[in-house]
Amino acid sequence: MATQVVMPKLSPTMEEGQLARWLKKEGDKVAMGEPLAEIDTDKATMEMQALSNGVLRKILINEGESAPLGQPIAIIGEPDEDISALLKAAEAASAAPAKESQPVAQEAATPTSRPSVSVKESEPVTQPSRDDGRQLISPIAARMAAEAGVNLKSLQGSGPGGRIVKRDIEAAVTNKQASASAAPRLRGVGLLRPTEKGAVYGPSGYRDEPLSEMRRTIARRLVTSLGPVPHFFLTSEIDMDRAADMRRSINELYPDIKLSVNDIIIKVAAATLIQHPQVNASFQDKTVRYYEHADIGVAVATDNGLITPVVRAADAKSLLEIAGEVRELAERARARKLQPDEYTGATFSISNLGMFGIDEFTAVINPPEGAILAVGAMTPRPVARDNEIVIRQTMRVTMSCDHRVIDGAIGAQFLRTFKQIMENPLYLFLS
Amino acid sequence: MPVMTMRDALNQALREELARDRSVFLMGEEVAEYQGAYKVTRGLLEEFGPKRVIDTPITELGFTGLGVGAAMVGLRPIVEFMTFNFSILATDQIINSAAKMLYMSGGQFKVPIVFRGPGGSAYQVSSQHSQAIESWYAYFPGLKVVMPSTAADAKGLLKSAIRDDDPVIFIEQERLYGMKGEVPEDEDFTIPLGVAEVKREGTDATIVARSLMVPVALKAAEELAKDGLSCEVIDPRTIRPLDIDTIVESVKKTNRVVIAEESHPFAGVGAEISAEINERAFDYLDAPVKRVSGVDVPMPYAKNLERLAIPDVEEVIAAVRAVAYL
Repeated sequence: MATQVVMPKLSPTMEEGQLARWLKKEGDKVAMGEPLAEIDTDKATMEMQALSNGVLRKILINEGESAPLGQPIAIIGEPDEDISALLKAAEAASAAPAKESQPVAQEAATPTSRPSVSVKESEPVTQPSRDDGRQLISPIAARMAAEAGVNLKSLQGSGPGGRIVKRDIEAAVTNKQASASAAPRLRGVGLLRPTEKGAVYGPSGYRDEPLSEMRRTIARRLVTSLGPVPHFFLTSEIDMDRAADMRRSINELYPDIKLSVNDIIIKVAAATLIQHPQVNASFQDKTVRYYEHADIGVAVATDNGLITPVVRAADAKSLLEIAGEVRELAERARARKLQPDEYTGATFSISNLGMFGIDEFTAVINPPEGAILAVGAMTPRPVARDNEIVIRQTMRVTMSCDHRVIDGAIGAQFLRTFKQIMENPLYLFLS
Repeated sequence: MPVMTMRDALNQALREELARDRSVFLMGEEVAEYQGAYKVTRGLLEEFGPKRVIDTPITELGFTGLGVGAAMVGLRPIVEFMTFNFSILATDQIINSAAKMLYMSGGQFKVPIVFRGPGGSAYQVSSQHSQAIESWYAYFPGLKVVMPSTAADAKGLLKSAIRDDDPVIFIEQERLYGMKGEVPEDEDFTIPLGVAEVKREGTDATIVARSLMVPVALKAAEELAKDGLSCEVIDPRTIRPLDIDTIVESVKKTNRVVIAEESHPFAGVGAEISAEINERAFDYLDAPVKRVSGVDVPMPYAKNLERLAIPDVEEVIAAVRAVAYL
């Protein structure tokens, strides 16, 4: 039976997509799961798969054209099937204003609206699934995968019809741990609290606490003054001599790592967040959400604009792990190859414009995160030490806080600890 | 602890409760002079006399109604059905009177009555006499339904049923009457209604089985253990109220469930248990809940076909392997 191919939702914030390239021509045979086209979303160029078998009968939008979510963009059917009714429906759908085509869009886009399941990023198709294109997974396996941060796309289910079952997740976790522990690491780094060596992290766990009356009042009052996220800003100047020394020493020991100051800032911020859980939090409608881990969003400038890939559980990772992960994420961000789950769901973000020589700036919070740290350039500056003026490497950081969650004193205490660790990075090595 | 058959354990429970409480009496077809069609009531007429151990005519609806009335005025009747197939004739009294009287009288009339007898398949008694109809009775609010699988459970549960103030459907199994087991002698030994028992602990799959299917499930678990598959066998013992918590706890541990039952699959007790698991433990399942049921046809008379109509060890093993994706 002929089916419409509709513009799929390929990123959480996508509203329309631009057809970058058709990978099939009209008349080509297509199999379910085969790449059909490349779509430019607001975040990345993603490959879109066929969700049914047959022949690509009709292409409805040309390369370079855009279509809102759910709008028909092609028709797949049997070679000799009559598709006039579908064509008519498609014309009607694209002629109608976007709003009215929404119901169709919702329904049709459902199978592809979970990017982690049915949309692949120029990887070979790993799992032929059922007619409707869904990847089958048992409930317990789905839960375990989410908890362990296992990427389902990489899995081949061993159950009937390719269903991913418990043992597949167990095997994936074992494999991941084995490969993680094989990576080189600097022993002793990042032991601010006991960590599970080689653990694989998904989005941080959290607990929601109901708003106190006071918090509710603070939130209600402040958004009438500055909303919807009432920012305030705290700035601190940090002596970077020791951090810079440490970076130099580590890079001498591990020349291939190329640890950056920003990697150290990520680690120190994560360690500080764990000591100040009130900052590792976000404002929800009726609750404040406190996160277990520090998932740090790292702002990366790309040719297409800003994106913030997330280093999961940076508190539990070593400096070297963080350095490797940031480099890898940033490269893929620039290549527009990030998966949506890799740039959403941070608990705190860092934006560094030091490389552009900016001394200090304020950054805008990425909701629902509670705060963001804006990092300026590390520069030699005259500072007073023991009543003498000396020249030191200093760096200015400015934290933007969501006042609904973080009060001034809480933010200030966080920044004080951050400064302490940053100025004495040996703290990172003490448990 | 003495070892005895389920038949003798039931006999002991009846004897002890008749002796303990003068309001308890027993009636049914052939329960007195003939000492029971399956000899469960052996010796009771001699010991307690014809006023408390009463032979009835072949009139199920009549003597069941008589029993319900007696219960309403304060006695504790035990009504034996020669088999539960014959209780079908008495369903109006059981369902419309016994089950609803407490509710419809605004709590004025309790109906402390036990309906007991064998249910399920026997040996070549064909379609009309081989039925497992526990789901009928479990369906109606107001009735408790009990199905023991061991001699000790039979004794402890029957004593609780007799002492219970609600009408209890107590379904024995003819094929289990001769099965032996250790039985506590203590006259106060009872097993509370509504409490399941883990008959065997395991980690890889849960088999929920009742009555005749419990020994079948245990045998299957033993065979599967040889292949390294560890099965937990749970006997709900009481079908209603159902101890779903014990089952759900087990499912959370094993993630896989097989329900073994002698009855037909459609709208059966297994379907109910499956629905409960789905509602309460969905996130813990690694495979769809699987039922192994009696075949969905009237029981055949021919021995070979009868054997095929009742779930056996091999079928339970195959089902467990299926939910474990082996």
